[in-house]
Amino acid sequence: MLNTRLVKDTLVKRSTLLLLLISLSVVLIIAVGLTVKSIPLFEYSNVFQLLTDKVWAPMKGSFGFLPFIAGTLAVTLISLAIAIPLCILTAVYLTEYASDALKNMMLPLVNVLAAIPPVLYGVWGVLFIVPLIQLYIAPIFGVVTSGYSVLAGGIVLAVMIFPIMISIMVEVLQTIPYELKAASLSLGATKWDTIKHVILKKAKPGIIAAIVLSTSRAFGETIAVLMVCGNVPKVPTSIFDAGYPIPALIANNFGEMMSIPLYESALMFSALLLFVIIFVFNLISRLILRRLEGGLDG
Amino acid sequence: MDNTKRRLLSEKIAKGFMHLSGITVTASLFFIVGTILYKGLPYLNWEMVSQLPKGGFYIGKEGGILNAILGSLYLAGVATALSAFIGIPISLYLNIYLGTNSRVTQFSKLLFDVLYGVPSIVYGAVGFGIMVYFGIRASLLGGIITVTLLTIPIVVRTVDELIKTIPEDLKNVTLSLGTTRWELAKVMLRSIRAGLLTAILLAFGRAIGDVAGVLLTTGFSDNLPKYIDEPAATLPLAIFFQLSSPIPEVQGRAYASALVLTIIILIIVVCTHILQSKQKNRR
Repeated sequence: MLNTRLVKDTLVKRSTLLLLLISLSVVLIIAVGLTVKSIPLFEYSNVFQLLTDKVWAPMKGSFGFLPFIAGTLAVTLISLAIAIPLCILTAVYLTEYASDALKNMMLPLVNVLAAIPPVLYGVWGVLFIVPLIQLYIAPIFGVVTSGYSVLAGGIVLAVMIFPIMISIMVEVLQTIPYELKAASLSLGATKWDTIKHVILKKAKPGIIAAIVLSTSRAFGETIAVLMVCGNVPKVPTSIFDAGYPIPALIANNFGEMMSIPLYESALMFSALLLFVIIFVFNLISRLILRRLEGGLDG
Repeated sequence: MDNTKRRLLSEKIAKGFMHLSGITVTASLFFIVGTILYKGLPYLNWEMVSQLPKGGFYIGKEGGILNAILGSLYLAGVATALSAFIGIPISLYLNIYLGTNSRVTQFSKLLFDVLYGVPSIVYGAVGFGIMVYFGIRASLLGGIITVTLLTIPIVVRTVDELIKTIPEDLKNVTLSLGTTRWELAKVMLRSIRAGLLTAILLAFGRAIGDVAGVLLTTGFSDNLPKYIDEPAATLPLAIFFQLSSPIPEVQGRAYASALVLTIIILIIVVCTHILQSKQKNRR
């Protein structure tokens, strides 16, 4: 009787270990698979040149990734410029000022935002943000544009990273010990003074982690950005210019690249580029967050 | 006194900005759902959701998007089931067999956190590479593999959070009765039953909404897939393709399809919410 139970236990242990190993090997498969596929491109040209060359003309054998890197950076920076202040203020408001009832209403709503699929953000961008830029925002600056621009991509991305940024920031802010706030308030500081000088200072590493994590989310977002960015492989010089982020490059060209071997290699290289950047960003922010959590326990 | 006034004023201004940010964030949600509702509702009808595309569908003639709705449900359903069968045991293994303090557990959790952050386009590219290597063409199978890989980290992380909420006492008491760890796992699973469904729903929501992954691996088809090695239509892709059409009638259908997807997602969100409050009430 005991024996069968132990056998069962061991069996479960072994099989779950196997599942774990298989699932974790996905990291290796991604890294190795993409590297192997990129090798033909490395043999053709060196990495430095690939990353800094401006001309993207696969048919002529010219693979410059600079326009795509610039496009990705442009939309990401715009989205961060919009999202960071809004999210910090909202998170502080929710943890320091809002009543429990308001908090219990807002946080689930923010979670709904997280559940909306990227393609719906894209539809919203096309129907709402793009015309808004074309008809109202660009004319203010005297610019004529179709609206499909890095600005549109940045706005849509900003809304997409609201949920992750806010939920992590709220979590971080909640770990600030009450005594710290009480000490500051008892010295006659206003609540806002306390937030500025005590809470935000103390929460800084966590807030940075939240931002880094959101940045990596923004880097990898594909379809929503592809739908609103205009996809012109040029380095954007103004926020009203069209851009062409790396994920959009992969998604747009997968069907037709089969005819040119180097083309496939180039797309796999861009996937590798994304993977490496996002891997590093995630690792950094998770390690920061983990240390914060650990500090709380200990 | 002047100084105090100034500080109180800056407090007021700061608070005003916070209100404004909170309203902007919340309003963006209503803007999104509102825009899709406003644009999609006029085009939504029974034919849209109950019929396959007929000849000339993509130039605005008759038919519906049943192929995409069912294709998405198949794909997301199977992928979610697979990731639950893989993810839940992994989480149990990490927490019960190895224990939370083990280095392997810490390392694995970190890796799953990172995998959770890897964008679906990268999964798609890798899935595509694997398919080319094994000579599989764009098909439901390819999509299922990719989306399963994508959702495993979600399941592992969510179940992990759930296990954290189980009181340590329950673990100790159960083990002290002489149970094996597998028997302990079953007891623990029972106490987080409602939460497990939440984890599965979360994964399902992500699976049904994913587009970058399936774009490269699943292809598109006007028919319902009879076999797993046939290409299949998915709802997000149907939206994407129809929206890029220059014909207003087809664009309208894209709006209606977006509305269908929104409704599915909102149903999932509401169910998740109900389950979550159930799980909370149990404690």
